[in-house]
Parts: sequence; C-alpha cells; structure tokens
Amino acid sequence: MDEPFILRAFAAGIGVALVAGVVGCFVVWRRMAYFGDSLAHSALLGIALGLAAGISTHVGTVIVCSIFAVLLAWLQQKKVLATDTLLGILAHSALAIGMVTLSVLEHRIELHAYLFGDILTVTVEELWWIYLGGILILLLLAWNWSSLVLMTLHEDLAQAEDVNTFFTRMLLMFLMTLIVAVSIRIVGILLISSLLIIPAATARQLARSPETMAAVAAALGVLAVVVGIYGSLQFDTPSGPTIIVTAAALFALLLPLPKRLS
Amino acid sequence: MSAAVDSQQVLLEAQDICVTRQGKCILDSVAIRIGAHDFITIIGPNGAGKSMLLKCLVGFHQPDRGRISRQPGLRIGYVPQHMVPDPALPITVRRFLTLRKRADEESVRRIAQETHIDGILDTPFAVLSGGELQRTLLARSLLDDPQLLVLDEPAQNLDISGQLSFYRLLERLYEQRSLGILMVSHDLHMVMASTQQVVCLYHHVCCSGEPHAVTQDPEFISLFGHDMAKMMAVYQHSHSHEHG
Repeated sequence: MDEPFILRAFAAGIGVALVAGVVGCFVVWRRMAYFGDSLAHSALLGIALGLAAGISTHVGTVIVCSIFAVLLAWLQQKKVLATDTLLGILAHSALAIGMVTLSVLEHRIELHAYLFGDILTVTVEELWWIYLGGILILLLLAWNWSSLVLMTLHEDLAQAEDVNTFFTRMLLMFLMTLIVAVSIRIVGILLISSLLIIPAATARQLARSPETMAAVAAALGVLAVVVGIYGSLQFDTPSGPTIIVTAAALFALLLPLPKRLS
Repeated sequence: MSAAVDSQQVLLEAQDICVTRQGKCILDSVAIRIGAHDFITIIGPNGAGKSMLLKCLVGFHQPDRGRISRQPGLRIGYVPQHMVPDPALPITVRRFLTLRKRADEESVRRIAQETHIDGILDTPFAVLSGGELQRTLLARSLLDDPQLLVLDEPAQNLDISGQLSFYRLLERLYEQRSLGILMVSHDLHMVMASTQQVVCLYHHVCCSGEPHAVTQDPEFISLFGHDMAKMMAVYQHSHSHEHG
C-alpha cells in the first residue's frame, strides 16, 4: 500500500478530484455537461498530435481543446445549427482524426489507458501538471467567483453590472480545457465528464450556497477517488471506472435524502 | 431620501439612434431624454425595438448611428426581464442580493423592507414566486443607490394582482427616492396610471407625452386601435379619482 506508485496515484487522484469538484459545479449550473464530454473526446487528437510533435501530451491536449472551444464559439455565432449538433460534429471528428493520426504514427500507445485512465502509472512530472494546473484553475475561479455565479444566474444582469461576460465565458471554457488535460490519466477520456458532474450533482443535495456546494463536491470527489483507488487495488479492477462507480454509488446513497435543503 | 433633486438635470440623453439588423431597421432616429426625476415608460407592439432601445441606452449595445450621453458617473440600476432560477444552483435571496456588491447588513435590511422581501431573505432563490423574484431583482438594483432605474418589462410574468402591487411599489419608490425611472412595459393599463410620461415606439418614436395626451394621439390610436385608446382613458380616469 505504501509503494511509491500507489502514493503517486493517490496524490494525483486527490488533486484532480479537488479541482474537478469545483469546476464541476459550473458544469452542472451552466449545463455544460455535453460540452465537457465533447472537449474530452477532442483530447485524443491532442494526445496524438502531442506524440507526433514530440511535445508533452498535456500541451497537445490544451492546444487542441482550446482550438475546439474557439471553433465551437465561432460556429455558434452563425446561429444555424444547434449547439449539441455542433458539439457532436466537432467532438467525434476530433476523436476520429485522433484515432487515424495515432494509427499512422508508429507510436505504440496503450489506447485503453487514455480512454479509461491509468492512475497507477502516473509520473512525478504529471503530478506537477496536476497540482500547478489545479492551483491555477482554483485561483482563476476564486478571482472571478461572484462574476461567474452572477452570470450563471442571469447573463443580462451580469452584463448590466459590468461583468465582461464574453471574457468570463471564455475563461470557464479554458479552465475546462485545463481540467480535461490533467484528468485524462486519472479517469480517461470517456469518464472525465462524470468526474466533473457526479460529485457536483451529489453535493447539490447537501448545500445551501454556491460555495458550500463547491466545497462539498470537492470533498465527495476526493472520497470517491480514495475509495475507488483502494477498491481497485483490493479487487484488481480498473482504477478509473472504479472511481466513477464509487462516485455514482455516493450519488445513489445520498439521493433519498429529504429535500429540506432545496 | 427626499425627492429634492434638480429636475432640470439630464441623466441620459440619446439622439438620432439607429440600429439595423439583417437589413431590417429596428430603431430609426430615436431621440429620448431622461431627467433626474422623470418617470418614462416606453410602450409599443411586439418587435417595435423597445428592448433594443433599452440595451442601447444602458450601454449593452452599440447603436449603428447616433449619440448617447450619460451624466458622468451615472449610477444605473437595472431590473431585467423575468428570469427562471435554476434549482441546481443553491443560493439564498440575501446572498444573491450582495453578490458582487459592497452592501452592509444594514442597507440590505433597509432595502429589503422597502421592497417587502425582508421576510424571505434566507429563502432559497429557486423557490420564490414570480412577484417575490421581481421584488428581489428590484431590491438588488437599489443597493447601489441608483440615480436612474431601468426596468425591462418587469411585471411581464406576474398575474394581475402581482402586477398591481409591483407597480404600486415602483410608484412609491419614485415618490420617496430621488431617482429617474425608465421602463419598458406591455402592461398598458398599469403604465397609464403610474407613469408620468409615455413614449410610444414603433421603430421610431410615434408619439410621446403625458399618458392622457398620448392616448388621443392619432399615431397611438393607429398602433393600438380605438378600443384600446378608449380603455386607456378610462383607466387613467379611475386612477385620478382614487387618489384625488
């Protein structure tokens, strides 16, 4: 249990869960679940290009996901196709191009590890990514917290009170790009959005203010990660899915709570 | 909080405002001037450009042509159209009021009393009734002690009695505070009773003036019809008796 790779796994998982819980609240409030999922799909292209260019896969992911967000914003401006259609086109095109690129590259990569995460092979360098990226995300969120909450409640009202809504929206997209980049190794492309959404949705039951919801979501995420990693070691199950199963179980457990806190 | 302001003072003045959207002229040479203690209501049919005019005046939207001058440092309180709070975001009325505001406990309490929401300060935002929600939005706009209150169809989703009490509240604020009010409204009958000046908009300013005079203007009659004009006159009449 105290092998270095296991300690690294716990450190990585806890770091990601803390940040994902907080960002996840905005995903739930602003209905960005599908956006997060699409962003994660496009990350595979980022990984492929990162490997092809010989740079870090994290850098590749951040670049591709940012381009994805800008492309989406540009297509939304045209107001012809619905956002979920655009997301479907962009996400799956990026995923497909990523797969094709990976097959052309002579790189032998463990695709499974990118799709479902491989937390037990996290390196020290990746821990740096997670913690520095995480601190950056939390600082930017804290800095813009009330603007973000106000904009989520009422876009016009925020605009009337001098919130730069365009900048704030872009900031949130960028933060999601970052969190996707750092959580791929933990739960994998296919499960990232659930790590964002499930703890936040569970926390809703227990919170009366936006801040407590974010704090509770972070705590629930950490709990899911710790129990999930422990369970995966105990029962020899894949770590990413085990973490999400734990998070889902927590959600189901707390669901019957009386709605007195609504 | 007396109404002792220089009523000659101009808070906001717009001249020759033009906005074109996809080849369609939405606002055509609109001019409006709002004094320190004016109560002006913009009325007009759907799609007449009322909301766009408000957006230009508040500064959300840059008109294609025209000039808008605001008094330097003008404090505007904005009350948006109705909103549907998402129950996924837990927040109390009190927290919503002070979000991004530097308001102390005392001024929150005072304004909550003024707008009759002192009993619901700790209620979750998502369970408010339509009337409570609008009063909360109004309270928030008052926290910065605005010189100009801008309201975009504030009572749109309220039932008749809700509308009535909302406009009463607005009238009382107008009487007790030194502020100007600019409002877009569909509730013609209410508007006629409470407002001082009506601007009838249909892409351009069709007519403007005191409610009574406006209802007799041929342009008003051609926009809203004879029956409406007659009805308005009645509303206004009964109102003057009530308070006379």
